[in-house]
Amino acid sequence: MTGRQLITDAQNTWCPGCGNFSIQHTLKNVLTEMEQEGKSLDDVVLVSGIGCHAKIADYLNINSFYALHGRAIPVATGIKLGNPKLTVICCTGDGDSYAEGLDHLIFAAKRNIDITVIIHNNRVYGLTTGQYTPTSPLGFKGKSTPSGTAEYPFNPLELMLASGATWIARGYTKKMDLLKKLVVEGIAHRGFSFIDVLQICATFFPAADYYTPRVYELSDHDPTDFESACIKSREWDYNSDARIALGTFFKRSLPCFDDKMAVHETEAKDRKQAVEELLLMRT
Amino acid sequence: MKDVSVLIGGKAGDGINSAGALVAQLLNHIGYTIYLYFDYPSLIRGGHNFAIIRGSEQSVGTCWNDLDFILALNNETIEQHRDKRTPETAIIYNADLVKSAGQGIPVQAILTGENAPAIMGNSAIIGGFAKAAGIEWNVVEAVFTAHIPKGVDLNLKVAKKAYDQGEKVHPVSKGIKPPRPLLTGNEAIGMGMVKGGLDAYVSYPMTPSSSLLHFLAEYQEKFGVTVVHPENEIAVILMALGFAYAGKRSGVGTSGGGFCLMTEGLSLAGMAELPLVLVVSQRTGPSTGLPTYTGQSELQFVLHAGQGEYPRLIVAPGDAQEALFWSEIAMNVAWKFQIPAFILTDKTLSEGTYSVDPAAISDVRREGLPVWSGSSPYLRYADEPSGISPLAVPGMKDAVIKVNSYAHDVAGITSEAADVVAQMTKKRLRKGEGLTREMQGYPGVTISGIPESSTALLCWGSTKGVCNEIASLLGLRVIQPIILSPFPADQLKQAISGVTKLIAVEENATAQLATLAGQYGIVPDERILRFDGRPFSPDDLLVKIKEVMV
Repeated sequence: MTGRQLITDAQNTWCPGCGNFSIQHTLKNVLTEMEQEGKSLDDVVLVSGIGCHAKIADYLNINSFYALHGRAIPVATGIKLGNPKLTVICCTGDGDSYAEGLDHLIFAAKRNIDITVIIHNNRVYGLTTGQYTPTSPLGFKGKSTPSGTAEYPFNPLELMLASGATWIARGYTKKMDLLKKLVVEGIAHRGFSFIDVLQICATFFPAADYYTPRVYELSDHDPTDFESACIKSREWDYNSDARIALGTFFKRSLPCFDDKMAVHETEAKDRKQAVEELLLMRT
Repeated sequence: MKDVSVLIGGKAGDGINSAGALVAQLLNHIGYTIYLYFDYPSLIRGGHNFAIIRGSEQSVGTCWNDLDFILALNNETIEQHRDKRTPETAIIYNADLVKSAGQGIPVQAILTGENAPAIMGNSAIIGGFAKAAGIEWNVVEAVFTAHIPKGVDLNLKVAKKAYDQGEKVHPVSKGIKPPRPLLTGNEAIGMGMVKGGLDAYVSYPMTPSSSLLHFLAEYQEKFGVTVVHPENEIAVILMALGFAYAGKRSGVGTSGGGFCLMTEGLSLAGMAELPLVLVVSQRTGPSTGLPTYTGQSELQFVLHAGQGEYPRLIVAPGDAQEALFWSEIAMNVAWKFQIPAFILTDKTLSEGTYSVDPAAISDVRREGLPVWSGSSPYLRYADEPSGISPLAVPGMKDAVIKVNSYAHDVAGITSEAADVVAQMTKKRLRKGEGLTREMQGYPGVTISGIPESSTALLCWGSTKGVCNEIASLLGLRVIQPIILSPFPADQLKQAISGVTKLIAVEENATAQLATLAGQYGIVPDERILRFDGRPFSPDDLLVKIKEVMV
């Protein structure tokens, strides 16, 4: 399908000023360019979890699998293994992939499955009306922690470096040009790509005033150097006051899980023969 | 009637399972129908393992207490199975480790003489057994050659030494059947799914389902099946649903505890209308329970697992032949109706070995599906009269395929509108009505034993074997529902026609099938239940059935 209307008729229910609009707009532009470059959008699949971010599956007029909270990544993995020709983009939230489904995120990185994971990291549960997430700062006062959280956030970039991700980036919803560049680069990367997107939650964590003066774009950084990727990723720990780097932190080339797992498909007659051979072996 | 029972026992790590398989093949090759029961505790080394191999002229799925042969690799085998001996029982034992009456095989001396490694000691015992049973040497040669992967010649030399030294103390007469394939229940399930078009098998190890994972992984290239072992059962079912969305036929396998983790994904399959085959191999519960022992306590769980209401197929085959047949059907039905389909098995069937009749195995078939015609726009949940929406898979031109775990409209877009929610619920339920009609065309309830008898045993799954054994002795009818959802009430009512006494036989503590049948007005008069992890033995069941028949 060419010249596809990329936004569905579904009523948009994100709050005014929500960072999800920026991510949706970015993806729409990226998809438009992909199509202009001759890529069929019939071969693109969007997988989402559950949360405010996940409504993007309803809003973007492309193949989509609106999955379960925390479970977008294993679905995306199965789709990619099922048909490695597909481009699989996985939008998940911080509650989704840093809490409920953290195991899947780590294992997808470890496997180097060729999917692109975009984390809509607003550092708060929006759809359940304001509780802390694994990246909320220490002392965050949410509805489940009225006196403030008693735990530090973890640093998803460090976690991904430790887990073997082969492409790691951070974006920000108020830096849309960079965000688009990162999404394009992430999709182009053969292997597991991870983009942590600092996203504004207009209602429960409107942190633009914190982020905007602190963010800067990485330059003079060699993303193929693991050690300097580690140093850069630790500059801001999602808690203390520090400069916040945006851009590609790390990349390297490794064989993909989907390539290694590929099994030659058999015709029905070959299967029949295989079954018959097996029966003979057991006789 | 010709019938022979052989027990081989030793420590965990002694290779009892493979030695048992060789004994089974020897009996297979002298014309018997085989059943092998393998008993082992949940540990890697040191515990007592044993296999009982039964050869019979009729189809078998159980073992009587009395043994014709005991092959003892250690003293514990002699001690633990004294109650299974009769004056005729021949004992063949490793003379280095065991003190017993019978025929001692000087295993170490034979191994030293042939310069063979310790692992070949079992071949000496099997050679001694073959001689004692009067099995001709060329049969031993044929079986070893076909079934020992490495070092056949040396194994044969070791076996021959023991064979030549032994005596024909308990000759076993030849049966009439040609050698047939011997399959475990799990192997049969795997091959049935392959015949139904399995493209991907996703599983996390859990006894007693793991041997299915191992089997499909070993032969994945041969079958053309992608086999994935992910981080946990949650990932397992979600990955499998990803495969299904991509148009690939997927299956998952687990036991009760792993299935607990899959229920969220199961409900997603119901809501998103994604086809999936789930193999649930029951062991003794609750919780971790007895990992390597059997049970039938997950029927009600599998019937009701997952939130919400949506149709599902559940089949519970009773032996390897049925497992082959029904696993293929489960795959095709899952895709035809875009629903989850269960193959409910148990340790006894999954890890038991059975003769199968290759002539009774149908051709590979992959049923035609309602596929999208290509007329735009594609609606993933188009509200067809059958409830079955035409399928499209990503990559198909101009199809925007949206599946959704939320309540959704025909296009797959989230909707909370009351009329849409009701409409889509009815659509899913109509698939259930079609499924019920479809399954009425299958032999969902089998009748065996003496069909005219007014006393009937009601059983399901692997207990079919033991029930048939008793039924042929006492002249009873055996009624075995294989389809458990949608419940074949009409077929079952026909099957119990003329029955004045219905006796439920189940390996659980609450008579779960009897409870289910009761919902359809079929209430068994008696319930015989076993729930200690061990399968019913025909000896015990015979006594209990005689009690309730008085």
